[in-house]
Amino acid sequence: MSVGDYIRNSQIWRSVFRHPAPTDRRNRVVVMLTNFFLHLHPVSVKQQGIALSYTWCMGGITFFLFLVEALTGVLLMFYYRPTLEWAFYDIQALRDVQTLGIMREIHRWGAHAMVITVWLHMYRVFLTGSYKPPREFNWVIGVLLLVLTLLLSFTGYLLPWDQLAIWAITVGSNMARAHPFLGGEGPGFQLLNMGGYDLITNASDAKFLLLGGRFVGEATLNRFYILHCVAIPVVVSGLIAIHFWRVRKDGGISQPL
Amino acid sequence: MNPHPDLTSSVIHGLGWYYLIVFFMNLYWTVRSYKVDGEFASGVPVVGGLPVAAVWACISSVLLMISVAHFTGTGSPDTFMIRLPEFFKNPVDAFFADPVVYFLGSVSLFVFMVVFREWWVKDSVAWSLLQASLIFMGLSMSDYDFRQIVGKPDNVPIVAMLFIVAFLTWIYFRRATDNDRRVAEGRPLFEQEDNEKVLVWPDLVYTELICMILLTALLIFWGIGLEAPLEEPASSVKTPNPSKAPWYFLGLQEMLVYFDPWLAGVVLPGIILGGLMAVPYIDFNKAGNGYYCFKDRWFAVSTFLFGFFPLWIALIVLGTFLRGPNWNFYGIYELWDVHKVKAANNVNLSEYVWSLFGGVPTGSDILTILKRECVGIVLVLGYFFVLPPLLGLTILRRFFVRMGVLRFLVFSNLILWMAVLPIKMVLRWSFSLKYIVGIPEWFFNI
Repeated sequence: MSVGDYIRNSQIWRSVFRHPAPTDRRNRVVVMLTNFFLHLHPVSVKQQGIALSYTWCMGGITFFLFLVEALTGVLLMFYYRPTLEWAFYDIQALRDVQTLGIMREIHRWGAHAMVITVWLHMYRVFLTGSYKPPREFNWVIGVLLLVLTLLLSFTGYLLPWDQLAIWAITVGSNMARAHPFLGGEGPGFQLLNMGGYDLITNASDAKFLLLGGRFVGEATLNRFYILHCVAIPVVVSGLIAIHFWRVRKDGGISQPL
Repeated sequence: MNPHPDLTSSVIHGLGWYYLIVFFMNLYWTVRSYKVDGEFASGVPVVGGLPVAAVWACISSVLLMISVAHFTGTGSPDTFMIRLPEFFKNPVDAFFADPVVYFLGSVSLFVFMVVFREWWVKDSVAWSLLQASLIFMGLSMSDYDFRQIVGKPDNVPIVAMLFIVAFLTWIYFRRATDNDRRVAEGRPLFEQEDNEKVLVWPDLVYTELICMILLTALLIFWGIGLEAPLEEPASSVKTPNPSKAPWYFLGLQEMLVYFDPWLAGVVLPGIILGGLMAVPYIDFNKAGNGYYCFKDRWFAVSTFLFGFFPLWIALIVLGTFLRGPNWNFYGIYELWDVHKVKAANNVNLSEYVWSLFGGVPTGSDILTILKRECVGIVLVLGYFFVLPPLLGLTILRRFFVRMGVLRFLVFSNLILWMAVLPIKMVLRWSFSLKYIVGIPEWFFNI
């Protein structure tokens, strides 16, 4: 008996993998049903539905990039401190001093790539008409995921706390100031007043809510950090789960009807 | 010493490698062409009877010579011959450094892409277009200003994205035109041929694994090769010029040229997202579900492509590469000169109108303001409330009948919203129109 056979026949191995290696047809079916990670897939699919020139693999790549971002993001969180005092210098040290500082590069380039692959996934789904019944609602969830991906990238953009970061966020958040009714310089904000006092001012409008202050400052950094690392990823994870589940429930990966 | 050298020895060295890669691509193509392309018709002058591959062989050898020249000729970068000549750069900058030309150009490109889809998806045509753009990139890299803007770390992904989007669009039109022919001839779709069920393990699981490994490798190499940007520490008193939003929002920032922030930054993005979500509920066309096609869904696909190319990708390219200090438009080979002045003297519609009746009415009470802006208000209301039913009864009657009232109103309003940006652009360029409705008193400008 070889060492490999000994390990595969041990009680420990067999408690993890409940069946023999997927080398024959039966076990290739069984592995899809018994493995937690693989059970996202069906057991069998149509050949053309998984052809690369058909799917472009963009949805899968997006999901993989999300996992990469989560992993590198957690590693960066061990190091980075979201305060005015340290944020910039921690990033600088990641670049110049730290052994695994490349995690920041991977995180940033992965983020750019993810924005692009989300678009391309959407592009493919549109061009194959895969949003048509019965998949209408999954398209809607996809649009929400697109928005959240952009927001993830946007909130992360501030964290290095360099010139690029605060001014990009300043430009972006100036839009919130012009929000109709809810922005201090938006049309119609004067309508929201009580006894002659404006409810919407530059210290209570949508921009203030987003930034935690009238300008991009320490409160903003904290706010964006929590949004970036906790709030949005949690929502995204939930929506991804629904998105995948609906793919299976709405008739599997798209194919000519 | 020139502070902005067009060529340095490291750039020349890098370009040498670049042209070497392009050479190998074309070498492969020469072999492929020799196997499949055959010969030019004997009637064609000069090349008649020669194999098509001969042309590619010539191109390949020129590329090889160019590449070798870069590796051996690095003695003095200032005198290196292979560079973009000034007599090419200056007219390009003078002509294309203009939002009007740029936007109309991108729209024409879009029309060309859709109309001549059968032609440009052919292997040799698509390959020639790719090679032309690669050589254009390579030559342009010999310009200092082009290199500055394209080589910015955050901009590199955008350049890559352009090539990827072009490639995927090529795949789409190729498969779509193929399926269109199949439908016309009554043959089964490409997606329906050889479409047996296969087991996910190994057919899909292995693809995914390979994909994950390649992506991981790509990210690591990318991370090693290109340092993520980190500028000076944040300072709320030093405003950079230009201040740009993250690159994926630059299409929205570009809209700020034509609209106030409440429209460009809040309402229009909201409409874009709402419109995207509404797509499956307003597209009643049952054809093209789950396969590539163009003819049977030409309206839906063209509308989407119009939104994706001229109105999204092209505006991001514009905002990223061509907008410089003071949000002025700069040519691709032009220095970002802070002092470039562009006179902007835009006029409100109300000023146009009231100049005919002896001056704009003054006063800040509601009635005077409404009276002042009445023409614009009527136009805007008409655009969004009168035009949809009119369209439904005339040119879009077919849609109206199929969709029903509510669906049609949503659809026509979305289409009209999509047209808002091009309309405002054209009005701005041709009449220097600032606002159709301009009520700064209420922050309400359209």
